[in-house]
Amino acid sequence: MGEGFHPTTAQELEAVVKWAAAERTPLEVIGSGTKRTWGRQVQSAHTLRTDGISGIVDYQPAELVLTVKAGTSLEEVQKLLKDHNQELPFEPANLSAVLGTSETAGTIGGVLATNLSGPRRLKAGAARDHVLGLEAVSGRGEIFKAGGRVVKNVTGYDLSRGFCSSWGTLSVATSFSLKVLPRAAKECTCVLLGLNPTQATQAMTEAMGSSAEVSSAAYLPKGFCLLSQEFSMVLLRLEGIPASIDYRLEKLRGVLKKFTSQELIEGQASRKTWGDLRDLLPFAGSTKPLWKISVSPTAGQQVVAELEKRFAIKYMQDWGGGLVWVEMQGDEPHDVPLRRIIAENGGGHAMLLRASPELRASVELFQPLPDTLLHLTKRLKAQFDPHSVLNPGRMYASI
Amino acid sequence: MAAIAMPKPAQETLEKRMKIVADLKKIVPGEGVISDTIEMRPYETDAFTAYRQLPLVVVLPETVDQVSQVLKYCYDNDIKVVPRGAGTSLSGGALPLEDGVLLSMMKFNQILEVDLPNRAVVTQTGVTNLGITRAVEHEGFYYAPDPSSQIACSIGGNIAENSGGVHSLKYGLTTNNLLGLEVVLMTGEVIRLGGKHLDTQAYDLLAMITGSEGLLAVVTEVTVRILQKPETARAALIGFPAATQAGRCVADIIGAGIIPGGMELMDKLAVEAAEAFVHAGYPLDVDALMIVELDGPEAEVDDLLEQVSSIAKQNGSSYLRVSQSEEERNIFWAGRKAAFPAVGRISPDYLCMDGTIPRAALPEVLEGMQELSKKHGLRVANVFHAGDGNMHPLIFYDASQPGELAAAEEFGADILRLCVKVGGVLTGEHGVGIEKRDLMPEMFSEDDIKQQQRVKCAFDEKHLLNPGKMFPVLHRCAELGFMHVHQGQLPFPDIPRF
Repeated sequence: MGEGFHPTTAQELEAVVKWAAAERTPLEVIGSGTKRTWGRQVQSAHTLRTDGISGIVDYQPAELVLTVKAGTSLEEVQKLLKDHNQELPFEPANLSAVLGTSETAGTIGGVLATNLSGPRRLKAGAARDHVLGLEAVSGRGEIFKAGGRVVKNVTGYDLSRGFCSSWGTLSVATSFSLKVLPRAAKECTCVLLGLNPTQATQAMTEAMGSSAEVSSAAYLPKGFCLLSQEFSMVLLRLEGIPASIDYRLEKLRGVLKKFTSQELIEGQASRKTWGDLRDLLPFAGSTKPLWKISVSPTAGQQVVAELEKRFAIKYMQDWGGGLVWVEMQGDEPHDVPLRRIIAENGGGHAMLLRASPELRASVELFQPLPDTLLHLTKRLKAQFDPHSVLNPGRMYASI
Repeated sequence: MAAIAMPKPAQETLEKRMKIVADLKKIVPGEGVISDTIEMRPYETDAFTAYRQLPLVVVLPETVDQVSQVLKYCYDNDIKVVPRGAGTSLSGGALPLEDGVLLSMMKFNQILEVDLPNRAVVTQTGVTNLGITRAVEHEGFYYAPDPSSQIACSIGGNIAENSGGVHSLKYGLTTNNLLGLEVVLMTGEVIRLGGKHLDTQAYDLLAMITGSEGLLAVVTEVTVRILQKPETARAALIGFPAATQAGRCVADIIGAGIIPGGMELMDKLAVEAAEAFVHAGYPLDVDALMIVELDGPEAEVDDLLEQVSSIAKQNGSSYLRVSQSEEERNIFWAGRKAAFPAVGRISPDYLCMDGTIPRAALPEVLEGMQELSKKHGLRVANVFHAGDGNMHPLIFYDASQPGELAAAEEFGADILRLCVKVGGVLTGEHGVGIEKRDLMPEMFSEDDIKQQQRVKCAFDEKHLLNPGKMFPVLHRCAELGFMHVHQGQLPFPDIPRF
């Protein structure tokens, strides 16, 4: 019978990992378990759950720094920041609707372990860009810290950012210091209606290359269920103080004047639209395979075009075109051709976010690594977790 | 060489020097291998000039294949390698080793691709920081991180030190502005990370390599993100009768939700030195002088400048001038940017420190520094990236006076201890190098440092790449592998289960 460890302090967590390392017995490491259907399934008897290590350690709004225990729920973090008119600039998503799991967004540790960033990642940076410091327990059961509580710091290797996107396979975090920022006073979204994919890419490229400081840029093809079934839509978000938004909107409209059919979404409606996109609501309620593809912004549309030649797909583009969410409508195997198409269009990566248990078990869910990179990745894993007790096989079979 | 001990030279390598030079010439033909003592002189130090050491030999490869072959050769023969960019490191990151090959990347000087639609530039790593902006500014773009040495420093060196600059609060550090890297490992293996797309799905090796001070890999190519140049920028020059008022003003600006493009603070001594040097029109009757720069759309800049001015007045500012032209803005900055050479005019030598502190601790640290100044009998001028808490105290000393360098170093160490004590860190952007190496235990426990060295072991298990930098003690990778555990213990009954 497996154990379900639920430590409440870093020291308790350290004891559990030390024991597992000594016993050479793997642990499935989770926050509150909201992303368990995502990534590879861990084969382990025991589970280590970190959401008992929770709470705000230190928050001084004027320093723009929040120190928080890793098991704190994302909702709690977001509420605290909102009360002080600040936010996590990278807009982490709540993927519960699209993954069909519980309704919560999980822990801050889970957000960082998966480097989960929303539409504003385009301008504000990813989750990893906002991590300043880390306290964690390595797979050897050693408590350590890295980084600090200040924005500018090159004292030692950047293990704090290195934790991000490691999926709990190198170490288990117990607390983070994060850079936070003031919330924008106002936002609005300029909508361009009826553009084909080529025009949409052009419009997003011109908008992002202008001084209008667009913070998010997405493309929803025609028939997509968000906002309109009738027209395709390019969405361009502007955020800031009111005087600045009015000015930049004029500027943006000037740059995009050749696209005549324009609408404006303001305030709460704009916030809701981006929130829905961030949480991938248009893909909710289905169990069809959903891929997250990251390529260069201009390659997004080429990848979509190639995919459409071979498969029935439903898709949308975010991050100026470079982030493509693709839902496969049919059952045919597609991971190999999909990744070949990405490689042929300048490279990038594809991750299968949602899939049936059978599909999850049969394809590479994460982008396969070239040999030299895989070997280096394995060496890093072996250094931090020599007995493979932390989430073995969560990302790659051999990691 | 004085106080800081470097790894003991390998006698065997020193004895084989002629053969090594000959072998390297086979890999990098022509003038790419320098072994003449006089010709090697320019490489014996970087911008941390207190220390000098001639390398075993200098190699200037021109291709990735040559870099790979040189590293493989050194790996196979257990020869140390010190990578070097433009040599502007302020922490001795590129200080050569007597038994080490100095690998200069300055022939990697080509910008490979400008991709405006994807807002990316692909470049070799010997290109200067400013060189990247120069390549795209005619189209209205720029590369955001702007260390003071940007005219000279290489992007490769920026990656090694994770350089910032005055705009890093708003636009981030080097690590926040990189998309991809091509690196060569000590074994000669070439690895590509990232590209023009965002983020990675595997381990964020790009993050670990950025700021690794040339200890993990040699970076041969980088893809950086470029940004549209802000439409306008205006600066306010704000003077305060007391430094504590300036400190409060900084906190209030941030607290009001304003993120300035740049926010700099100079103390009285730095202001006097800068004014005497460049005649920027700085007021001399203030204790602290701030430059606050707002950038972006004109409407926004005007609005925020008004808010900043009123916050300054509330905090008792005694001087306020807002730039009315681009020319005037540049004059405001000229004094700040020349602060280091300006201090160089009034002191025979100076040490530049680089601690970062939480902004709120500024008054305490400034006060503490004055006490330390009395204790060590040396003067200190302060320039401070107030926006991100990064301080650059400049300690005045005279190297020709016996004992003054040692006193200055001790003073500097005390300042950094003070930074750590108030919740800050040893180095914001200059790197640990050799300068702060022995202070690492002030900030990190043995276990903390061990984890860092494990990264090193994954990349360079033989410790051949830039050894002697960053870590006070070199542990063999095998020693680090030892685990203190007792097998067979029962799972802890007192730990909660779910």
